[in-house]
Order: sequence, then C-alpha cells, then structure tokens
Amino acid sequence: MNLRFEVIWNQLPMFANGLWNTVWICVVGMLLSLMAGIILVLPLISRRRSLQLPAELFVDVGRAIPFLMLVYLVFYGLPSFGLVLDRWTTAIVCLVLYNTAYIAEILRSAWANIPRGQLEAGRAFGFTGMGLLRRITLPQIMIAAAPVLGNQLIQIIKDSAFLAIITVPELTHAARTVQANHFVPFESFIFAALMYWGLCLLIEAGIKQVEQVRAVYAKY
Amino acid sequence: MLNTEIDTDTIPAVHLLYLCKKFGRHEVLTDINLKVVPGETVCLLGPSGSGKSTLLRCINFLETSDFGEIFLHGTRVAYGRSAGKKGLTEAELAKLRTRVSMVFQHFNLWPHMTVLGNIVEAPIHVQKRPRAQVIAEAEALLLKVGLLDKRDVYPSRLSGGQKQRVAIARALAMKSDVILFDEPTSSLDPELVGEVLSVIKQLAEDGMTMIIATHEMDFAREVASRVVFLDGGRVLESGEPKAFFRRPTTERARQFLERYVR
Ligand SMILES: Nc1ncnc2c1ncn2[C@@H]1O[C@H](COP(=O)(O)OP(=O)(O)OP(=O)(O)O)[C@@H](O)[C@H]1O
Ligand SMILES: [Mg+2]
Repeated sequence: MNLRFEVIWNQLPMFANGLWNTVWICVVGMLLSLMAGIILVLPLISRRRSLQLPAELFVDVGRAIPFLMLVYLVFYGLPSFGLVLDRWTTAIVCLVLYNTAYIAEILRSAWANIPRGQLEAGRAFGFTGMGLLRRITLPQIMIAAAPVLGNQLIQIIKDSAFLAIITVPELTHAARTVQANHFVPFESFIFAALMYWGLCLLIEAGIKQVEQVRAVYAKY
Repeated sequence: MLNTEIDTDTIPAVHLLYLCKKFGRHEVLTDINLKVVPGETVCLLGPSGSGKSTLLRCINFLETSDFGEIFLHGTRVAYGRSAGKKGLTEAELAKLRTRVSMVFQHFNLWPHMTVLGNIVEAPIHVQKRPRAQVIAEAEALLLKVGLLDKRDVYPSRLSGGQKQRVAIARALAMKSDVILFDEPTSSLDPELVGEVLSVIKQLAEDGMTMIIATHEMDFAREVASRVVFLDGGRVLESGEPKAFFRRPTTERARQFLERYVR
C-alpha cells in the first residue's frame, strides 16, 4: 500500500474552500432555521388548536422526510413546476426547511420544561402577548435550548455532506473531486472526515462553554 | 391594634362581593365577601384545599372568577357571570394586575435576570416608568429587605429566604395598592422563615395593604389586623386575631386551630 498524502497537501486550497463553504452554508442555514423555528414555535405553544395543528403537521412531515430526498425534490422536482433554484439556493432552502422542523420542536420542548410559575409571574406583573414572549418566555427558552441547538448545528454540518450530490462545492464535494482527479480515495476522504471531526470538536467546546455560562441563568 | 379605628368610609383597596369560582363542576369558592381597607394586613387561614390560593389568584386575575364582583380601589373591575374576563381585554387585565402585586410560594423569580433586573423589569417594561428613577427606587427597596449587596447576582446564587425577599422587593416596586402573599414561607427551610416574616412584619408596620395566605399561626396572631378563616371555599370566620385564636366561633375553626396551635 502506498498512500500519497502529498497530493492532499497540494490540494489544500481546494479543501480549504470546501471547508469554508460547508461552514458558511451551515451557519447561515442554522441562523435562518433558528429564526424560522422561533416563528414556528409560536403556534406550537399557543393554546389554540387551529394554530397548533398545521404547525404540528409541518414538524411531523419535516422530520419524516430524509434530507437527501428533500434535496432531490427541491433541485430536480420543483423545476417540473417551473421553479428552478440554483444549487446554492437549493442548499440553503433545504437546510432551512429541514432544520426548522427540528429546531421548532427543540424550542417547544424547552418551553415545556420552563417552570410554569415564572411565566405566571410574568402575567401577574402585567406582561401580555409579545411583551411576555420577548422579555420572559423567549430568553428562557433560548437559554434552556442552547446546548441542544449546538448539537443540531453538528447535525446540520453532517447533513450538508449530501449537498455534494447537487455539486455544491462544500467539503465532501472537494474530497470527491480530489480523489477523482488524483486517484487518492482513502487519503482524500479520511482528510475530509478529520476536518468534519475538527469542526464538531470546535462546536462541542462551544457547547461546553455555553453550558457553564448557562448554569448561572438557567438553574432556579 | 392598628386598624380598629380605620374609618369605615375609607374606600377599600379590595372589595369582593359574592365571589364564586368553579373548576369544572367543583365549586372551589362560594359567595366570598371580603373588604380590605388600605393599611390592613389580612391573614387568610384555612386547611389545605380550602381555596386560599384560588382566592388570591382571582383577585389578580390569574384565575377567572365565575360569579360575583371584584372592586379594586372602588372601581368595579369584574362582575356577573364569568366575572373575571368578559368585557376586559388582555391589555386591560394586565393593567389591573399591576395594581395588585403578588408574592408566590415558590418565589417565581426570573432566573435570566439579576436581582436588580427582576425588580425593575415590570416597572420599566410594563409601567413604562423612567429607568433611572425605577433603579434608584429598586436600590432603596433592596436596602430595605437587606439585600443591596446582592444587587447584581442571579437568583440561582441566592438562598430561599433571600429569593423571597427579592420577590417581595419586586412586588413593592410596582407601587400597587395591595400585595397578595401566597404562603410566602411554606417552601423555605425553617431557619430561613424568620428573615422573610420580619420583612413582612415591617411592611405591616409601614401600613402596606396586604392579604397573606399562611400557615404560620404565630405570625398571623402577631401581625394580622384581621384574620379570615376559609373552609371548603367559604369564609367561616372573619375578625380580630386575638379573639379568633382565643375563642373561634365555629367548630371547624376550633378543630383547625387545635391542629396548628398548641
Ligand atoms: N387549576 C385547578 N384545576 C382544578 N382544580 C383546582 C385547580 N387549582 C386548585 N384546584 C382545587 O381547588 C381547591 C382549592 O385549592 P387551593 O389551591 O386554592 O387551596 P389552598 O387553600 O391554597 O390549599 P393549600 O393550603 O394546600 O395551598 C382544591 O380542591 C384544589 O384541588
Ligand atoms: Mg395554596
């Protein structure tokens, strides 16, 4: 066996570019999903069944469809309806559609675990509607959900590898290109895998940090 | 006694007429008549399940009463069937709630805000009072409850007694007409009860209007200007604490006191 890691060394710019694309697509996808998730969680936690039902349906469907299937549907399926999205737009749209469901569910379960008394105190002190949400409920949801949201970011990064299939030049795509051009499958894929791992370690360190800070605010 | 000479014409801070409350078919409060004039400290006594918490929660609209009238400072704010909610918007309810503040059994401080943050939150964001002034008042209140040094600490770093004193300062900061206490010391370790009761006692001496549900009989005897005995959702007795503790008129109250006071 003769491994040629110098090829990887020479192709480093390609990997760096792939890594960068993976990072920004996932971060943008995460932020947009978070915003969408916050909006979607409102009907989920509302007391009105007529609002709850459609939101629950969205969450159910969102969690049932495999990510790759969603990518196929949007990239290859939507053009049948005259809606053609380029690969970058498809990447972001799919990440957001897919993760919004998960994030809304994460936020809902964080909400369900906030001691009711604190929300009641908010009402007793004259907060209502948006004021209650913005000042009392949402901050506590976010604090409670922070570590789980970090894990979701790791999930997004791993899912984003599927985007190679529609030729988004992210990390997996870079590895595939290098191996195809230079016939170094093991070197190329193991290097990309290590880069994913490094990314996850970084996020996990971030989660630890958040958990330490959070202990001050979240415990009651 | 503080309040025996209070002019009966004084406008009551809280006045309930025939207040009723049901949970489903279970009638929890029946024909509650209660008048609390400014400066009074009313202690609500009664066995577990007698409706003390529910009564307090009806007064600040955390529960919707089903029948009867509620007057706050002479203004009729709820009446008739579904007395609590009909005809009042959520915003109007919120405004009413700021005139009656509440101290909860489990403190219910907001964990994501500092001690000072907890106190100034509603005055600034609900009552829209000027920030600098509210903060200055909050610091004065913290001094009063003996916690000025904890100003920038988060609730998770406080003992139960300290949390409850912060909760009392938070209620005082609303400058409401009346403060409702729902068993303010029931979830405290015995050695922490005293520090909270002494703060409440000080408030009573300052002439704050308060309604306090409590199981602390010695405290009620000492601090209350009036005790109200609830049982099965009805007011069975209402009167001077001395007389009540010495000679309760109803058999139920006598049995209740035998269990609590030796
Ligand atoms: N949300 C609710 N739904 C249904 N029933 C309730 C609800 N809250 C209270 N009850 C019932 O109402 C009755 C009065 O309860 P409440 O909590 O007011 O009593 P309490 O005098 O405060 O008792 P304790 O001393 O144990 O705090 C009880 O029978 C209780 O089971
Ligand atoms: Mg109670």
